[in-house]
Amino acid sequence: MAFSEKYTPPAPPSDTVAALLAFTVLAVLIMPMLDVFGAIDHFTLNLWGKYLCYALLALSVNVLWGGTGLLSLGQGLFFALGGYMHGMYLMRMIGDQGQYHKPIPDFLVFLGWTELPGFWKPFEHFSFAMLMVFLLPGIIAGIFGWLAFRSRIKGVYFSILTQALTYAGALIFFRNNTLMGGNNGFTDFKMELGFSLREPTTQRGLFIATAVVLIGVVIFLRWLEGTKFGLVQRAIRDGENRTLFSGYATPAFKLFLFVLAALIAALGGALYVPQVGIINPSDMTPEKSLEAIVWVAVGGRGTLLGPILGAVFVNMLKSYATRAIPDLWLILLGGLFLLVVLFLPGGLVSLPEKLRRLWQRFRPTPTPAPAA
Amino acid sequence: MRKTFSIITAFFCLFAKLGAEEARVSIARAALAKGESAQGVILKELMGRADESILPLLDAWRKDRLYLYEPTGAPGVPVLLEGAKDGKGAQVAVSVATGKAIGLRLVADDLNSVAHSANLRRIMKAVLDLTDLSSANRAKKLGALAAIGQGQQVEKLPALERRLPLETDPAVIKALREALALVRLKSPDAEIRLAALRELESLQSLASTDFIKSLQKDPATLKDVRLADAARTALLAVERHRTVVDFGGTLFRSLSLGSILIIVALGLAITFGLMGVINMAHGEMIAIGAYTTYVVQNVFANGLALSPFGFSISLPGLHTTGWWRESYFLFALPLSFLVAAGAGILLERGVIRFLYRRPLESLLATWGVSLLLQQLLRLTFGANNVQVGSPAYLSGNWIFGDVLLGWNRVFVIGFATLIVVGVWLVLTRTSVGLLIRSVTQNRSMAACMGVRTERVNMLTFALGSGLAGLAGAFLSQIGNVGPSLGQSYVVDSFMVVVVGGVGDLVGTVISGLGIGSFDQFTQQYSPAIAGGLANVPFVGGALQNLAQDSAVFGKILVLCVIILFLQWRPSGLFAARTRSLD
Repeated sequence: MAFSEKYTPPAPPSDTVAALLAFTVLAVLIMPMLDVFGAIDHFTLNLWGKYLCYALLALSVNVLWGGTGLLSLGQGLFFALGGYMHGMYLMRMIGDQGQYHKPIPDFLVFLGWTELPGFWKPFEHFSFAMLMVFLLPGIIAGIFGWLAFRSRIKGVYFSILTQALTYAGALIFFRNNTLMGGNNGFTDFKMELGFSLREPTTQRGLFIATAVVLIGVVIFLRWLEGTKFGLVQRAIRDGENRTLFSGYATPAFKLFLFVLAALIAALGGALYVPQVGIINPSDMTPEKSLEAIVWVAVGGRGTLLGPILGAVFVNMLKSYATRAIPDLWLILLGGLFLLVVLFLPGGLVSLPEKLRRLWQRFRPTPTPAPAA
Repeated sequence: MRKTFSIITAFFCLFAKLGAEEARVSIARAALAKGESAQGVILKELMGRADESILPLLDAWRKDRLYLYEPTGAPGVPVLLEGAKDGKGAQVAVSVATGKAIGLRLVADDLNSVAHSANLRRIMKAVLDLTDLSSANRAKKLGALAAIGQGQQVEKLPALERRLPLETDPAVIKALREALALVRLKSPDAEIRLAALRELESLQSLASTDFIKSLQKDPATLKDVRLADAARTALLAVERHRTVVDFGGTLFRSLSLGSILIIVALGLAITFGLMGVINMAHGEMIAIGAYTTYVVQNVFANGLALSPFGFSISLPGLHTTGWWRESYFLFALPLSFLVAAGAGILLERGVIRFLYRRPLESLLATWGVSLLLQQLLRLTFGANNVQVGSPAYLSGNWIFGDVLLGWNRVFVIGFATLIVVGVWLVLTRTSVGLLIRSVTQNRSMAACMGVRTERVNMLTFALGSGLAGLAGAFLSQIGNVGPSLGQSYVVDSFMVVVVGGVGDLVGTVISGLGIGSFDQFTQQYSPAIAGGLANVPFVGGALQNLAQDSAVFGKILVLCVIILFLQWRPSGLFAARTRSLD
């Protein structure tokens, strides 16, 4: 397996900053304003909030795959865990407003519990829930990553093991006795920090928060790319053994990145739950994680904008197609993915560059363009 | 057969000595007898007799279908009305005493049916129960014995005792002794109960646990030291035997689960070993094989109408019957292999060959293909599971020392053995196998020696996919067939390949069996270790909670063990030895 044959993503384009700025203005100012004035309905804004959460998941996949060459098929696990941890807080905030009007969540009443199990108790504090949003995925990623990287599991083996990891997570959360809502997960949330989740203003606030977090993560990752750490990261991607032999403890680097990616995914999941209003174990199934890979591949891996673009584009397509042509959606998704992997390894962001080259080849006079 | 005959003959001799008449004659006599008690006495004589005519006759009597034909001036004749009714509603009358038609057609409504009281019905039931006991059908006999034992039916004791010297079949003798001992546990005599306990101990009767336990709680037992002791030792022996049986059963289930894993993972291991390509569409190749079996089955029966994308395709049926219909599976096997292999060749030529240098991308592309195929199958065959009839030869079982060996599991093991041996022969004894092995070991060297590696890739992929198709044909016999059939095995088969390594077929076999047994043994014994898990620091409670659900717990433990195993051998059990560094 020669390295020269591998796809090497282009260096980040210089206009990233401009794009980022434009995105910031659009997401933090314009879209909420449009919502306030009723130019777009609340549902649309809410939908975009979901896309932005997915964009965080896509970024998490990209940190590993595009940045380090590790294809994790289990990022959905961390996304869902973050969601569940925040969901536990939201479930506590329902109080006795549930179907059974008991001070504990409905599914616990249904399972015959009369008081709250011990591990649920601290989740009535928002700060504790937020701590757990990072702590639980972080610890799991830490343990798994440490074991995987120290024995130099990589490539396809790493992918398969991460897939099995999220599969195991789904199995655990599908059980009723895990006391996390079983099959149905958490839903029917009412309040967040004292604000009603039904109010458009709360949803708007959540949307802005998601946009700000996303921008923050992008800026952080952009900064990380430029540091020496970022260089080592790319070196690992392009030739791990050479990096190792040059004296860098690659397992430690990879472990850090794996945990970092898990935290980004968990953050996305935590923001996802109050906006979408449901979290259940199907988010942990291997297919969901693979879908996130599709977003990154379609958008363009190894870039910062590509995953975001891909997540938004594919999910818009999904929102449309699952309603208009539900039978063909999976065929569309599979076909899209196949085409991108085969013919457009750089994803959508590489499309302008590809078209420009194509244009140059077919131009009638192939003279070098004079400086415009 | 001769044994059964001799039993029956011996049996008849016994009753001949008692001066017995044919059962149907007795029943006819009883039907005519005056008074319920007289009838009861005659019927009781039938107890323990193995006459095929008893069951239908008494059954007819109980259901008011035994009639009395009373011609004027002649004694009454008990008759049954048989055959189709003619225009007047009359049927052929058959004499109960002779079993022959009396040459008359009678109308049921004109006749009186022979009366029966509750007491009489009770006697009939007792007679019928004991008829099963002396039935020539072994399964029926064993069932009746178990029922008597479990019900501790004291009134049947004499009949049981009478049977004991007549039986020669060891299994029946054992069941009989067990039933006897269980019934005797209820005896008022302490000595008999003691003997019964000793008998149960020596029989290691699994069915007796509850009875011994309830005997232990009996105040009479508590007073008698000898009885209490005997009960304790009997229970110990039974429990010890149960441990052995459970272990044997688990071992057998491990073997069959391991075989399933080997079958589904074998094709994957071959393609992964040769090309470094994890075929995420492997599950769909399995589904293709299963659906091929489904189609073949329907073609052998009444045909099949499909409507993918609005087209309607109807396959004509051969309308076969009997042996031919049962044998459809023999035709489905090679067809499943060929169809899946064809799909594999298409996949390899169309997609994978462009991605050989990019293993991760090929994994992703095959996932895209898997989505496509899944949806195509769904659109063609419908989203619901389809019915593939399991043939009759898979629904029985053998009992071997109290361990139940289901035929379907035995079939699984046999099938896996056949496939493994077949693949081994292909790889080691054919020229294609030689080429495949040479490319696996060193691709560029093989290419230098003139091996057309491209073509070998194609053939290998066809072989791997064909094996998946075989796995599908096979899975259709033991489970449901649906569009996502393959998905449920994909993660497991990946695990088998990761643990087994890609260097050798043996790796896949060992790893499949290992994962299968680990899974089954954790499932069997996780309730036992659940208590101990609570002592684990920090996560004890969570582990204990998880261990309640032994199936999930088993799978999760398997995953943990695999991750730990890879610490020791990162590239599986049998890695292809190489000095190259990637």
